[in-house]
Amino acid sequence: MGKRKKRVNEFASPYTIGNAVKKGDLITKLSMLFMGAGNIAHGQIVKGFLFLIIEINYILFMFQNGLHNLEMLPSLGTQAQQEIWNEKKGIYEYIAGDNSLLILLYGVLTLSITAGFVLLWVASLRSAYKAEVLSKTGKHISSFKDDIKDLFNQNLHILLMTPPVMGILLFTILPLIFMITMAFTNYSKYDDHLVLFDWVGLANFAKVLSFHDSIGQTFWSVLAWTIIWAIFATGLNYVLGMILAIVINRKDTKLKGLWRFCFVLSIAIPQFVSLLIMRTMLQPEGAVNTMLKNIGLIDTALPFFTNTMWARVTVIVINLWIGIPYTLMQVTGILQNIPGELYESARVDGANVFDIFFKITLPYMLFVTTPYLIMQFTGNVNNFNVIYLLSQGHPTPVGSTAGKTDLLITWLYKLTIDQQYFNLGAVIGIMTFTVLAIIAIVTYRNTGSYKDEEGFQ
Amino acid sequence: MMKKKEAVPVRARIAITNFFVHVCLAVLSVIWLFPIFWVILTSFRGEKGSYMSTFFPKTYTVNNYIKLFTETSVLNFPRMFTNTLIIAVCSCIISTFFVLAVSYCMSRLKFRARKPFMNVALVLKLFPAFMSMIAVYYILKAMGLSEGAMIRVALILVYSGGAGIEFYIAKGFFDTIPKVLDEAAFLDGATKFQVFTKITVPLSKPIIVYTIITTFIAPWVDFIFARVICRANADYYTVALGLWKMLEKEYIDNWYTAFAAGSVCISIPIAILFVITQRFYSSGMSGAVKG
Repeated sequence: MGKRKKRVNEFASPYTIGNAVKKGDLITKLSMLFMGAGNIAHGQIVKGFLFLIIEINYILFMFQNGLHNLEMLPSLGTQAQQEIWNEKKGIYEYIAGDNSLLILLYGVLTLSITAGFVLLWVASLRSAYKAEVLSKTGKHISSFKDDIKDLFNQNLHILLMTPPVMGILLFTILPLIFMITMAFTNYSKYDDHLVLFDWVGLANFAKVLSFHDSIGQTFWSVLAWTIIWAIFATGLNYVLGMILAIVINRKDTKLKGLWRFCFVLSIAIPQFVSLLIMRTMLQPEGAVNTMLKNIGLIDTALPFFTNTMWARVTVIVINLWIGIPYTLMQVTGILQNIPGELYESARVDGANVFDIFFKITLPYMLFVTTPYLIMQFTGNVNNFNVIYLLSQGHPTPVGSTAGKTDLLITWLYKLTIDQQYFNLGAVIGIMTFTVLAIIAIVTYRNTGSYKDEEGFQ
Repeated sequence: MMKKKEAVPVRARIAITNFFVHVCLAVLSVIWLFPIFWVILTSFRGEKGSYMSTFFPKTYTVNNYIKLFTETSVLNFPRMFTNTLIIAVCSCIISTFFVLAVSYCMSRLKFRARKPFMNVALVLKLFPAFMSMIAVYYILKAMGLSEGAMIRVALILVYSGGAGIEFYIAKGFFDTIPKVLDEAAFLDGATKFQVFTKITVPLSKPIIVYTIITTFIAPWVDFIFARVICRANADYYTVALGLWKMLEKEYIDNWYTAFAAGSVCISIPIAILFVITQRFYSSGMSGAVKG
């Protein structure tokens, strides 16, 4: 006993499940069946009972609902709602049928709960084995009080991370899994599959990716515009916003607070208000066209949202109005973090403004803000507000489900909310993700702030 | 300033640059403030309707504001305002805590799940948020939060639940705080929790302000999630949803100027918040470690 593995990685621990099963004593093995048994036997009463209570609850849940939920998952329900004429009462009576959507949701929920339970089971077994080893070697077994104290020091990450992670699991990951599964069904208004639907495998993907199907052709053109949009929107916002921030941050610029306030104030106006107002201003009979006509610069209204090229440039320019203040806010805090000595020594060495910008400011900013840039890029690919509120995707060719300024995300919204093609919407969501994932992971892994987090310390 | 002769032209050049910079900033500020100015003008406009032929209104009135707060039978704006304020305050507190906690763990604590978590978070952020919108609604419904007053709780959870993912910016900031400070505190016997609350947080005002502002604004500007969660329960509408409603076809002619008035009203609390918090940007981190 007491044999320690050589530390291969930083976090390797001798208390693995493998060791617990192989070398653990009877009590530890009993913990595989009755969670917490090992802890209780070695004096960690509270911890042990907590494990046990969780296990009992899980088993109760599975017998009451869980098993039924899992059983329904492969078929997604077969019983349609039925209408039966009741002779006595003289009315139609309805017999509730299966609702595939709920079956799918509860199925996914049950699977997730099971996965969580397995993780806890592993944790309890390891904890039981650890208690056994410690008691055999005569070391101190931490009491419940010690465990609580550790939460504020060595195990602070558990204390701080648990609530946010629970939130993420419940409100981000779980819904996501649910929607991903939807991509493999025929849940859409097509052929009336809104209540009862089935698994269809990869059929939806084939449809979206094909060059011959009208949905497929729309997909490729929307994808191309989405990428062009994201590159322009991100790059221009970042560069122009940073230049603005540097100009305001200059030593000689007066009224720094006032300038910053002027720009940042536009964030205080909710996006949908400012965007809707701009939309009314840019209409054929809106304020901008009226003014230009009154001055005599134009005879016919400018086609802000009716000509493809005009519409595309308009949304990119207006996005600058939205985005630059955000870059300004983000960048200002970090600009002030650049150690002043760097600038002073550069100035002593005779560097000019451009040298300082390219040799000190830009590398530092890129180092700190690369994750922010990537997030901006993905944010722009998913920039629903600007497109939907401004152009609503118009101009839209007749008979198409997507307009010329529609991004994948607004198209997704139109397909699901307006047209109820939930399965195609889910596929497009997955495709959006795939595109972003490839770009992001490759760039992110190659950035300084990921490889060397302390580079600028 | 080696030779005295060059001193004057250099100073003149600096003066010209400064003048140029300030003129540019002024022009840009006007562009940025123009739509805001226009909303304010419209909110005092006497004529109804969404289009008009002149830039400045012909008549001015405060009736739009009075209408907004007194005509509560069709669209109850005061109630929407209260709803949103409650939701925004709660969700901003929860989100800020989530974001700071996760960022600190990612920046300073070393543990097994750290790198995997960062990768997972990055991956999750790549999924479009609406994709799971309908699923979120059904989950809230299963939790019994989709009816009555619980809708407020549902919205708070929707806006703050997944906030822990948005840690990248704050983490980047924490990374720039010198570790010497933490080490000094550990030598004095501080626990990690104390370092977090007594050193990292007080030094992070700019990023905390940033987090608070962005999370506070979310409920005011989101109408998509609110629309899915609230459905037809007009009693629990948020401001964004109400304003959105005012621009629908059946309301727009009567409510367009009231919409502008409403926009002005909801921008005020947020603008005040900006004024209060502006000063945190100016000093920032400079002077955290001297010598």
